[in-house]
Amino acid sequence: MRIRLLSVFVDDQEKALRFYTDVLGFVKKHDVPISGEDRWLTVVSPEDPDGAELLLEPAGHPAVAPYREALAKDGIPLAQFAVADVQAEFERLRGLGVAFTQEPLEMGGVTTAVLDDTCGNLIQIIQQP
Amino acid sequence: MADDVFKALADPTRRTILDELAESSGQTLFEICTRLSMKHRLGISRQAVSQHLAVLEAAGLVETRREGRYKFHTLNPAPLKRITERWTRPDQPESTP
Repeated sequence: MRIRLLSVFVDDQEKALRFYTDVLGFVKKHDVPISGEDRWLTVVSPEDPDGAELLLEPAGHPAVAPYREALAKDGIPLAQFAVADVQAEFERLRGLGVAFTQEPLEMGGVTTAVLDDTCGNLIQIIQQP
Repeated sequence: MADDVFKALADPTRRTILDELAESSGQTLFEICTRLSMKHRLGISRQAVSQHLAVLEAAGLVETRREGRYKFHTLNPAPLKRITERWTRPDQPESTP
C-alpha cells in the first residue's frame, strides 16, 4: 500500500493554489470542476510528479472551522514537507512574506520549522540527515 | 503565591519546560511537546503537557499571548526573583547615623 492522496482544507482554493505553487513551489496536477465553485484541485512535488498528491479541499464543512482553530491555537501542523535545507527555505519564504510560528530549530538530528499557509493551516518543513 | 511557585518547581518535567522556554521564548504547545519528546525523550501526552503548563501559568512562571489564531508561551522569571529576595537581603550600609 502506498499513500496516494492527502488533503488539507483551504479557505479559498484559488488563493491556496497560488500559495502552494508560487510560494511553496509545488505544481498543479489535477484541476476539475466539482460543483458550484468547488474544484478537485491537487498539487504534487516537482521532484516527484507521480508521487502522493495534496488535495486542496474547500473548508466549507461546519466541522472544519473548530477543528482547524483548535489545532492552530496549539501550533499543530497538518502536514509535513521535506526540504534539503530548512534554514535556507525559511529565509526564502520569510523573504516572500510567509509567517512562521516556529523558526528553524535543531532537535536531535532533525531541523524543523512551522509556517502559516495563509489558507488556515500550519505546515511543518523538515530537514533530515 | 509562593506556595504555587514551589509546587510548580517541584516537578522535573515542569522544570524542563521552563528550561526550554528560557532557551527559546514564545513557543506553541506543539513546539514544547516536540522538544520534550525529541530532545529529552519524554514521552508524555499533549494533554499532560497542557496540564503542566496550566500549573506553571497559575504560578505566574509562564505567560501566554495570543497572536492571531496562535497561542505562544513565554517564561516569566519574576516569581523566582521574589523567592530569592525572601532570604537574601542587600548588605546593610556601613555607617548609619
